Formats: sequence, structure tokens, C-alpha cells
Amino acid sequence: MVAKTAILQQVIEFRDKLFDLQPQIRRTNFSLSKPFRQTETCPILELQNVLVRFNETLALDNISFQLRKGERVALVGPNGAGKSTLFNVIAGILRPTQGQVNLPHALIKDKNEQFAIAYVPQRNQVDWRFPVNAAEVVMMGRVGQLGLFHWPKRKDWDMVYEALELVGMAKLAKRQIGELSGGQQQRVFIARALAQQAELILMDEPLTGLDMQSQEDIFAILEKLRQRQVTVMVATHDLNLAAERFDRLMLLKQRLIGFGTASEVFTTDLLRQAYNGQLRLLETNNGTVVVEDSCCGGGHG
Amino acid sequence: MVELLLTPLSYPFMVRGLTAAIIVGVVCAVLGTYIVLRGMALFGDALAHAILPGVVVGYLLGGGNEIWLSFGGLVAGILTALGIGLLNQGKVKEDTATGVMFAGMFALGIALLSTVRSYTVDLTHFLFGNVLGVSNYNLWLSGIFGSLVILTIILFYKELLVISFDPILAQTLHLPTKFLNNLLLLLIAVTIVLSLQTVGLALMSAMLVTPAATASLLTRHLPVMMILSATIGAASAVIGLYLSFYVNIASGPAIVLTCTFFFMLAFANQRL
Ligand SMILES: Nc1ncnc2c1ncn2[C@@H]1O[C@H](COP(=O)(O)OP(=O)(O)OP(=O)(O)O)[C@@H](O)[C@H]1O
Ligand SMILES: [Mg+2]
Repeated sequence: MVAKTAILQQVIEFRDKLFDLQPQIRRTNFSLSKPFRQTETCPILELQNVLVRFNETLALDNISFQLRKGERVALVGPNGAGKSTLFNVIAGILRPTQGQVNLPHALIKDKNEQFAIAYVPQRNQVDWRFPVNAAEVVMMGRVGQLGLFHWPKRKDWDMVYEALELVGMAKLAKRQIGELSGGQQQRVFIARALAQQAELILMDEPLTGLDMQSQEDIFAILEKLRQRQVTVMVATHDLNLAAERFDRLMLLKQRLIGFGTASEVFTTDLLRQAYNGQLRLLETNNGTVVVEDSCCGGGHG
Repeated sequence: MVELLLTPLSYPFMVRGLTAAIIVGVVCAVLGTYIVLRGMALFGDALAHAILPGVVVGYLLGGGNEIWLSFGGLVAGILTALGIGLLNQGKVKEDTATGVMFAGMFALGIALLSTVRSYTVDLTHFLFGNVLGVSNYNLWLSGIFGSLVILTIILFYKELLVISFDPILAQTLHLPTKFLNNLLLLLIAVTIVLSLQTVGLALMSAMLVTPAATASLLTRHLPVMMILSATIGAASAVIGLYLSFYVNIASGPAIVLTCTFFFMLAFANQRL
């Protein structure tokens, strides 16, 4: 039996070498509760003159910025502004037509060790009937670190349940994902990002369609992520929440119209540039009041 | 009753046929879970039809040697899968690309076969299989390659799961996505070739899709779905063959109709 396993191990290692399939080295004794790597001084991500063109459409034009470790950034802009495209570029799913995405060297100790970026997809991009439960979805976040031909071990399941615990979903771990509420589904995907040990989490419209309580639950989780120095970038159409609950705002419309605090970015001038006629701006004594065309409400800056 | 079950087993061709049908039923059903989950039912059907020219070329060159048949079929299957991928990268939508390749290859196969005198008999065998004529070679082929397919599905279980559920996650985790997608296509092509003799090209998609679709109605847990699907596939194979033995209907359709019956039951059960 022992000999058999040893031989199997050898065969696996040989195969991995032969095909160079092993995508990542496996990290040992990593725990979710440990703080992530200490590199507060340097930016966690840098984009330089990024341009993305799809055939004739220019989706992103000359985007440059840096993200700081542990900050919470809201990405706002009208439909088609390029928010999802920007996420795809950052996550490495889409190669920019021009420009560069830099991940600081301090963070990449070994060329095999990837800077972990997690992407929390828009809810309408997920097949909710897929026969998996919450815990299994979270375990998917571990697949990269596990490597080919390695089954999840006790440690991995511990991490999965720890992540579920953190988002308050441990009790529903065995539920099929389609049987969860929208807010619960969103939390499962955040737990997956945690299990992935992501240091930057990109969330595409995680708040859309959630009631106030579910939104607050998500913000409570984001608060915990901040304590762990996880950087979070959230695309949203809710200018009000963007202004009130985030450290910095990024106003996007193909170009980077503005990037800074709410009072720096939500000025009449910049909002006009981004939204044209799509927002109604009211000048008042206290500044600009934004009245959204569609429904619901506005923000102020 | 016992006699009813045992009588067919006294014929060697029935024993071979049953073994082959069970292997094919299980392998198709397990692989089928991914086909169903990824919405590739149409693709599976198309690929099955598209291997015809390869089989026919193998038939013409090999003079009935079965190794040539399987080899020809496999080559055609891989070429078609890659061809669909290539067309798809251009401006053609995937189902359109599939439809174009499917019809073109199928026509080519029939055109090639129509040059032979025994045209109609051969075509019937390719299209609907001939499970009672399964040879020892075919049994070995199904056994070995069937085990390889199942083993691959087990070894790559978590990667195939991720790429089926969330391709974007697969990319951010730096999984070898291209390799995995091609691996799945290869598995489908191999499975189609090893099932050729048992169910035939025209009914192949039923074996790939129906048991898995039935299982998906009964459970919401992937490993359970795979096991259920395999059980339904194997049971349909056995029941279908016995039916064909006693009622004297063609064996391929008998197996497929049994699958369909199970699906109807599961569907009705869900509605109640
Ligand atoms: N794969 C693609 N091929 C061609 N054009 C695309 C593609 N993806 C996006 N685009 C175009 O790029 C632009 C930016 O799209 P993107 O999805 O990034 O916008 P968004 O800000 O996420 O919009 P929304 O708020 O509606 O989600 C749009 O004009 C869109 O039509
Ligand atoms: Mg979008």
C-alpha cells in the first residue's frame, strides 16, 4: 500500500514535469486568520496607459492608476462605460490592446506564486441550477492552489468552512446554490474569493437587486475584509452608496474621468463628462445634487 | 422469471452485446453529465454524425478491419471538434458553426459510402449500431477506452467542475483552460467512437444526454448525479436488450427508448 502510493506520487510528479501542467506551487500551513503579506508601502496594482479596443469600439482609453493595499474603491460609470472590461483586464482574463498591468514585484516572491485576484461575477452570469452546494462553490476557490491530481484535504475544507463562517453562511453550507437568496448567493461568492486567498477582490455589481439589509450584510463583510488588508474594488450604479461607503471612487467612461474621494470626483463638471444627459444635476447651495434618471434616488458630492 | 432472464445469456452474442451495452451505457452517461451541464447536447449529436466520413474512409481502406473503422472515426471526430472551434473563433456563432460542420461532414460520409455496393446495409449499421454483432475486438476497445475516459473524468474532476461552472474563475486561477476544453472534446470523440457499434451514430446523443438529463431531474448534487446517470445508462442498456430479444425490435432503438421512458418517469415525478 505504502509502496503503491509512493509510486503513484512519482508518476504524478513525472507527469506534471512532462506536461508542465502544475500551475502553481502549493502553499503550506496557510490560514485564513493570519494577516496577508505585509507590504503596505507599495501599490498593490498599477495600470499604465491601458487601452482596450473591440473591433471598432474603444472600450477603455488610456487608463492609468494605482490601488493601495487594503482600500475599498467604488467603480462607477454609465452602462457601457467599460467597468466590466476594466475588471477583465485587471483579472488577466482580457489582454489589453495597449498598455500594461503591473503587479508589484514585492508581492510575487516566486514566479510560480500568483498574485491572487478574485473575480466575483455579476449574479446573472451564474448558472444557479448547477448541481453544487455552497461549500463546493467555495472549494472551487482552492482548486488553483491544490494543483492537478490533488484532492482537497482536511486543511482545505477547514479553510472553506472558515470562509463560510466569516460571511455568515456556514449553516447553509450544504444548500444547493439556487436555493439561496440573492444576498446569500453573493456572500458565498465572496467566501470563494477568501478561500482563494485573494488579496484583491473585484466585484461586479454585487449590490444590485439586494434589499437594504442584505446590502448592509455585504458591507459588514467588506469591513472584515478591510481588517485583513484585502483590497476591494466594487462596480456599482448606486452613486449614493459609492459616495458614502467607499474610500475612493473611480469615475469611468472609456477614459478615467476622476479617481479620488467623493468630494473630489462627484463634481458637476466630472459627472457631466461621465453621464452627459443620463443624470439630472441640480445646483443647490450645498453643492451638486444628483437626481438619477432611472429611478430610486441620488447622491451628493 | 429467472429463466426469462437467463435464457438470453446462453447465447454468447447476447453476453457480448450485454457487456458492451453496459460499458457504453455507463461511459456515455458519466461523460454526459458534463455535456448536459455545459449545454453541449447539440454539439454531442453533431460530433457523432460528423465522424461518419472518417468511419467510411476507415471502412473503405481497411476492408472491414475494425481497427481502421475506430481510427478513422476518431480522426474525423477530432478534426471536426477543432474545425468547429476554428469557425467559432471567426464571426460565426457556435451553434451555426456546429450545424454547418455537422451537415457537411455527414453528407461527405454518405457520399463516400454510396460508392459501395452494400451501401444501405452498411449505412444502417453505422447509423443504428449492431450491438448483437459486437466482436471481441469491440469489447476490448470499449472496455479499455471506456475505463480511460472514466479515469480521466475522475482525475480531472475538480478542474472540469470549475471550467464547467465558472470559466472565468478557471482563468483567474490560471488553470490550463484550453487544455481542459480540448480534453473534454477529446473525451467526447473517444466515447462516440467506442459506442459506434452499440448504439450507432444517429442515436448516440440519446445515450450521451438522456440518462444525465434524467439524473439532473432527480438530484442536485454532482457526484450523485454522475452515479445515478451511470445506473440509468446501464439499466437502460440491459432492459433495452432484453426487450429487443423478446419483443424482437431493433436493439439500439430499444435501449434508447428505455432511456427516454426513464426520463419521462423522472419528469412526471417532478411535476407531481
Ligand atoms: N466581447 C466584446 N466584444 C465587443 N464589444 C464589447 C465586448 N465586451 C464589451 N464590449 C463593449 O465595450 C464597451 C464597454 O462594455 P462593458 O461591459 O465593460 O461596460 P460596463 O461599464 O460594464 O456596462 P454595464 O454598466 O452595462 O455593465 C461597450 O460599448 C460594449 O459594447
Ligand atoms: Mg458590466
